[in-house]
Amino acid sequence: MRIEKSGRSRTAAAVVILAMAAVAALPRISAAETTLRIGMTAADIPRTLGQPDQGFEGNRFTGLTMYDALTMWDLSSADKASVVIPGLATEWKVDDADKKKWTFRLRPGVIFHDGSPFNADAVVWNVEKVLKQDAPQFDPSQVGVTASRMPTLASARKIDDMTVEMITKEPDSFLPINLTNLFMASPAKWQKFYDAAQGADAKAKSQAAWAAFAKDASGTGPWKMSSFTPRERLELVKNEGYWDKARVPKVDKMVLLPMPEANARTAALLSGQVDWIEAPAPDAVAEIKQRGFGLYSNEEPHVWPWQFSRVEGSPWNDIRVRKAANLCIDREGLKDGLLAGLMVPATGTFEPGHPWRGNPTFQIKYDKPAAQKLMQEAGYGPTKKLTVKVQTSASGSGQMLPLPMNEYLQQALAECYFDVQLDVIEWNTLFTNWRRGAKDPSANGANATNVTYAAMDPFFALVRFLQSSMAPPVSNNWGYINNPKFDELVTKARQTFDPTERDKALAELHAASVDDAAFLYVAHDVAPRALSPKIKGFVQPKSWFVDFSPISMTP
Amino acid sequence: MLAYILRRIVYVIPIVVSVALVCFMLVHITPGDPLVAILPADASQELASQLRIAYGFDRPLPVQFGLWLWKAVNGDLGHSIATGRPVLSEVMRAVGNTVTLAIAAAMIGFTLGLFFGLLAGYFRDTWVDKVATSIAIAGVSVPHYWLGMVLVIIFSVQLNWLPAVGAGPGGSGAWGWDWEHIRYLVLPAVTTSVIPMGIVTRTVRALTGDILSQDFVEALRAKGLRETHVFRHVIKNAAPTAMAVMGLQLGYMLGGSILIETVFSWPGSGLLLNSAIFQRDLPLLQGTILVLALFFVFLNLMVDIAQAAIDPRIKRS
Repeated sequence: MRIEKSGRSRTAAAVVILAMAAVAALPRISAAETTLRIGMTAADIPRTLGQPDQGFEGNRFTGLTMYDALTMWDLSSADKASVVIPGLATEWKVDDADKKKWTFRLRPGVIFHDGSPFNADAVVWNVEKVLKQDAPQFDPSQVGVTASRMPTLASARKIDDMTVEMITKEPDSFLPINLTNLFMASPAKWQKFYDAAQGADAKAKSQAAWAAFAKDASGTGPWKMSSFTPRERLELVKNEGYWDKARVPKVDKMVLLPMPEANARTAALLSGQVDWIEAPAPDAVAEIKQRGFGLYSNEEPHVWPWQFSRVEGSPWNDIRVRKAANLCIDREGLKDGLLAGLMVPATGTFEPGHPWRGNPTFQIKYDKPAAQKLMQEAGYGPTKKLTVKVQTSASGSGQMLPLPMNEYLQQALAECYFDVQLDVIEWNTLFTNWRRGAKDPSANGANATNVTYAAMDPFFALVRFLQSSMAPPVSNNWGYINNPKFDELVTKARQTFDPTERDKALAELHAASVDDAAFLYVAHDVAPRALSPKIKGFVQPKSWFVDFSPISMTP
Repeated sequence: MLAYILRRIVYVIPIVVSVALVCFMLVHITPGDPLVAILPADASQELASQLRIAYGFDRPLPVQFGLWLWKAVNGDLGHSIATGRPVLSEVMRAVGNTVTLAIAAAMIGFTLGLFFGLLAGYFRDTWVDKVATSIAIAGVSVPHYWLGMVLVIIFSVQLNWLPAVGAGPGGSGAWGWDWEHIRYLVLPAVTTSVIPMGIVTRTVRALTGDILSQDFVEALRAKGLRETHVFRHVIKNAAPTAMAVMGLQLGYMLGGSILIETVFSWPGSGLLLNSAIFQRDLPLLQGTILVLALFFVFLNLMVDIAQAAIDPRIKRS
């Protein structure tokens, strides 16, 4: 009896203790810290000092997370094209009398992560970090990745605390779009590092200050740096005081891990070491899905093309040949076969639905008889094949599967009387040759080059390839396209300052380039990524970038 | 002995200068733009020229080499173009991680290699020899990056026993010698150890067999020495060559494996080299190669000295 009583009282005590423990644990569970761990494709953490390296993957992870720009991309929709929206500037306009002068009104009440205020001085300071060579904060290492993305910006001047004037070298309606690439770092934080820096001269002190800033960065973005181990991991925590309350991150912490090898990334995801990986190994896609992970992809502003040489004697100078090549490729077959669905067939630089698409009359599709007919009209046939040579790489950022894809094209084009020769070179060499142009000996006799490109803004997507003045050594008009109509439309687009009208002009330019079959348009990448089922609220926009703020995680 | 050590150190100086020259020239003769990491292909020629001057790439190559060598002698390997961080700190951090991996792999590989080698040599032409030799051949034949992937699939993805990538839960900066961290080391160390294990096994097997067939062994046995004492003499005679081979293998492992470190995202010198190569980061590439080459030269020097200490015949020659 005693024993029974004792047993009962022990049970009761255990129940009470368990209940108390459960009650005590409840708030802890609800307040448990959530951490999002991401395996990036980069071999190193992209630079953290404000202007990231490693292309747009850098901007995605260490640019848009910790920093804001005056203008930003709308990343809220998976269906609509991503367009420019106000960021740290609330409004902007070009001067009616002098189209090289712009006025930007700044967002009030924004503070950097270190508590210093964001204002006109900060904007001028950030412009000068990449454009004014005698400014103490001028950093050559940030110039390349920034100045080339806003090629016409010349200087900035403070009007008042909340107003800045920007001056361009020529009238340029693309400026607000280009400014998405200039991230605002904290001048106050940098100055502290500069004052404490050791160095033989101002240049050495500046270099040391930037190195220190990179380890303890301060921007205005929705994420704050909490710890950084170079080449291994970057830990970010949410910025509770972010100016856009709707974009205060729902996850407490984000850990970024460089994992350049696709199989390693995939293994890390499948073993639960990370919650999110960029570009999973294609042959593991089935297993990833089968294990319940989410596979996301969407059309990216990216083009996988052949860029034609238009120098004298190039076979691509005949528009029938250019059109025939575009009609001879079964892009759906490439998508469903080789790429396991991870591409969007390209019918131009922009696809229908994009504001810069326009209405091209030449419909790019698979029509082998039409392609053969065009080639026969151009003087080629089964017994007289046209030899073309394309330079490509075996790998490279954005190149997708360059060799197998080019071999696919080689086989497809053979049926339209092309004899395609591939000149495979190392990726960085191909990239460097791109700026040298088709006339340079580095082209090695090739009359096409296969370098993929980002199509986020009009300069990157169209102008640098189509405007005759962009021929080497100025920019990437590798094939020396010299079409007065393109030049006229570029000027028109650049000098049209009403955004709607500017978009119409860009659409006209794009339609003209498709009608001219300026490229062999093949594919758009779809930025595949695999996510743990714990991740909720993710939207994959039609962009190179992602907004991490709305993402939440279930325990 | 001191004269011998000094002579060996003097021999090292021209080797070091030659290594510096070769690694400088190698990275400069490769095609591509050294500023590719920070200069997009659409950058204007004006901007490219401006940056080339800022980074000193406009100067003649001999001048660039002279400046780089002078700074290197003074302990400054410059700054990484891609990250802006000092090359020396980047390299030393990576080398530290590779040393951790190399020592773990050496402990596994050399222990197993010596064990299997002695076993195979002592029981030559028996089934023990055949098993040990098969393991050695498998060790040197299996592509280690493939083995790494297989181990990851089995032990990380399927069984979830060990982590697939990384150098600890908080990265190598927070490394500790407890199971929470060591578990990150197991798979890369085992993968790295298979080749040295195979090579050491084969070397020691051949040495043991050779020594056992020599007359002095018969003489020792004839004197009535116990087999364990005879074996001790065999080991002592095999040691100089085995040490030389193990020294070389340790040198290779300290150089880091680009493939293994990439497969396991182990932040060592191999992964650093991989990153420097793909980013065309010349100062980082030059600095890493130089430091690794110096390690190799230093290690060889140490092995030479150790060999001379063990076997006086080497010193006399």
